[in-house]
Amino acid sequence: MRLELQKITKQFPGVLANDRISISVDKGQVLGLLGENGAGKSTLMNILSGLYRPDSGKILIDGKERVFRDPAQAIDAGIGMVHQHFMLVPVFDVTESVVLGNEPTKGLLGSFDRAAARAQVVELSKKHGLHVDPDAKIESLPVGVRQRVEILKALYRKSDILVLDEPSAVLTPQETEELFDIIRGLAKGGTSVIFITHKLNEVIAVADKITVLRRGAVAGETTPKKATAAKLAEMMVGREVQLTVSRSKSHASKPLLEVKGLRVLNDAGKLVVNDATFTVRSGEILAVAGVQGNGQTELVEALTGLRKADAGSISLEGETLTNRSPREIATAGVAHIPEDRNRDGMVKGMTVAENYILNTYHLAPYSKNGVLSRKEITAAAEKAVRDYDVRTPSVDTDIGALSGGNQQKVIVAREFGRGVKLVIAAQPTRGLDVGSIEYIHRRIVEQRNAGAAVLIVSTELDEVLALGDRVAVMYEGRIVGILEAKSATRERVGLLMGGIDK
Amino acid sequence: MSTLRRIGSELKVPALSILAAFLVGAILIFLTDVEMLRGLPADPLGSIGLGIGRVIAAYSALLRGAFGDPAAYGKALASGGDLNLWTRAVRPLVEGLVAAVPLIFVGLGVSVAFRTGIFNIGGAGQFLMGALGGTLAALLFGAGVTPVPFAILMIMIFGIIGGAAWAFIPGFLKARVGASEVITTIMLNTIAGNLIFFLVTNIAFIHREVGVGQPVSTELSKFVDIPGILPIAALRLNIAFPIALLTAVAVSFFLFRSTRGYELRAAGLNLAAAKYAGIAASGSIITAMLISGGIAGLGGALVVVGDAHQLQPGIEGSVGFTAIAIALVGRTRPLGVVATALVFGYLAQGGRLMQADTIIPIDMLLFVQALVIAFIAAPDLTKQVMRIPFRRNAKPAPKPVTKGVA
Repeated sequence: MRLELQKITKQFPGVLANDRISISVDKGQVLGLLGENGAGKSTLMNILSGLYRPDSGKILIDGKERVFRDPAQAIDAGIGMVHQHFMLVPVFDVTESVVLGNEPTKGLLGSFDRAAARAQVVELSKKHGLHVDPDAKIESLPVGVRQRVEILKALYRKSDILVLDEPSAVLTPQETEELFDIIRGLAKGGTSVIFITHKLNEVIAVADKITVLRRGAVAGETTPKKATAAKLAEMMVGREVQLTVSRSKSHASKPLLEVKGLRVLNDAGKLVVNDATFTVRSGEILAVAGVQGNGQTELVEALTGLRKADAGSISLEGETLTNRSPREIATAGVAHIPEDRNRDGMVKGMTVAENYILNTYHLAPYSKNGVLSRKEITAAAEKAVRDYDVRTPSVDTDIGALSGGNQQKVIVAREFGRGVKLVIAAQPTRGLDVGSIEYIHRRIVEQRNAGAAVLIVSTELDEVLALGDRVAVMYEGRIVGILEAKSATRERVGLLMGGIDK
Repeated sequence: MSTLRRIGSELKVPALSILAAFLVGAILIFLTDVEMLRGLPADPLGSIGLGIGRVIAAYSALLRGAFGDPAAYGKALASGGDLNLWTRAVRPLVEGLVAAVPLIFVGLGVSVAFRTGIFNIGGAGQFLMGALGGTLAALLFGAGVTPVPFAILMIMIFGIIGGAAWAFIPGFLKARVGASEVITTIMLNTIAGNLIFFLVTNIAFIHREVGVGQPVSTELSKFVDIPGILPIAALRLNIAFPIALLTAVAVSFFLFRSTRGYELRAAGLNLAAAKYAGIAASGSIITAMLISGGIAGLGGALVVVGDAHQLQPGIEGSVGFTAIAIALVGRTRPLGVVATALVFGYLAQGGRLMQADTIIPIDMLLFVQALVIAFIAAPDLTKQVMRIPFRRNAKPAPKPVTKGVA
């Protein structure tokens, strides 16, 4: 089917979320919809799926105008959404999840016909090359497979237009590749696909046509053949963007962080960091690569005092930090940009200023005799907001109201705002837009140039290769290799990430 | 945003919730009027008129009960300076404040716990144990043993200790072994009630000349009386009221201006981030519970000595649960808690007259109170009932803030 959105406009109080946006996708075509957070992608897709009504504009399917009053009507019209956050019941199995809401029945009582459902799921998954075990419980499946279940669900409902919202955000590089194969297969079979993302390389890899949104309006249309990543980024952000950080040669000197034989257990008591030994020197960036879940999270938690080390030692400039409290470690000069900023990095419901002092609130000049000094806090936060270009109406705004990029800037400002010897940054740019990524990277390199030791943990290979003066790779809890930047090629690191040595 | 506008927008939902609750309450009064329903087939218009009249009568009784009878004010005005008439006219106004005092204390107490992410439903038990502390202090230090101001000070301190000690138990259990405070505080409410029952029945020091077996303490006014703040004795508002207001100011300062309050709020909003920031969760939990229970206990002590004058099981009434509602409606802000407690205090005060004057049972008020909570808990529902332009927007679109900050 051919889908066309014509001059869709949607106004929210104070925000023009969609401003006369027109996009189209043909039968069997893959449309890449590119835009930063807040560019209006989600609003547009919510209109397409019947969640919102547009203020003006038309939705045409095969040339015929359609109006969706609710999501059910959009599904009936053949539009299938795969959301970024999966909508699956963990205790259901794959067959049940796929047919949920549309179950085949048998008998007079209309009881659930499991056998028929299973056969249909098996047939669908065969036809489209979406390999899943129809009897597996959802909770036992990795995210990549769960996503396939979501796609199957849409196909089961006879969707001719499949909308994928940021589908690669939760996937490993390999899973992403597999997803691209699935998308290509579906398109070949006649399904139209809308692929929403803010990752430039992905649209170039998989789309037939690219539409870029910026601030609620179409900023341009192009094809992967004509586009380059740099050009797309410029369209997206509205100015020239540096995609790779310019970074002078490292002047690594004395070792600052020394980790020896570190062993860490996870909550379930399983050994997840096994005998990690490495050093990070002043003025260098050590980037730790690895597929999510290979012990990086626990490594960082042990280094920052959030998790007990089972054995081994951690020292900073000779001072032992093993199993010290988060506060002691922070006071020793360790800045920590946490992996999950929503969970660990900030307190939503508190203001930007209050979040700025999150780990220095008890120190002068912010606290005197147990009383907070508003004047000092506001002044410091205002300076940080200026220095780090945080876009916020004021420092008294709830940090939860800011965009992800601006939240991260507040965290970075806070962590770099006190005397820093060692920077530990875990997934520092996860979920951020191109402009913010560039900014955060620049700030991290600045710290290195100022003489700090920097440890970056990232599952994004691009980030690891762009920033690391040396690259360590973690696989199943072990550091399986530490490479100098010049020998850390994409292939070499990729193989190590997959547990293959040489 | 100017402060005034911010206060305005904060008040909108609670105010409309209360209004909406009364609207729904009116419908219920109307629909449950048996006389109206019986007459409906024969004389629809007349019956409906009767029903509407009943609603108006009920609510006007409620208002008169809460704020005083216009007729009484008229008489007082006409008389010029007749002290007796004036006293009678304004007495409901004062009684509403008296009724609000325990609600303010316990409401503030549970708010501190809520702010720290602890669902303390043990306000009633902590209030009772504070009352026990106050009673003991009155018996020990009153009746001329020590000067009155000192006795009152000791009553307050004993009350704080009683409530705090009782709240320490669930706080400690939660911090140490992760026991759910919801369960432990409820159980401790029951235990407190029965403990009081046992003590006032069996301990001679407490029940004194009252017959053994009577579950009531001796008359405390013989030992200490809490001084009133109004020049007329019949208007029985005592220093507990200003103390309640001062406590609200203190809680506000503590939560929003002190370092410890910052820790409690951070832990309450995001425990993981608090841990990241180096705040010890167990310490926050115990501190919050001690403060929470201490404030409820202070209220218990002042109310039992200054208002109830006798310790007995049941003096806590429904204060524990009403206080939870007050904390939620007041958004756990001290000022909001005081304002809501006053509304609920006047509601209770007005309800007495409504029940006496009309055939509407007092349960109707509980119904209205429950509705207020329901509407607060569901702001969208309030918006729909009150026909506020309503946007269907589960997740507000992220506002791209385009302006930089100067």
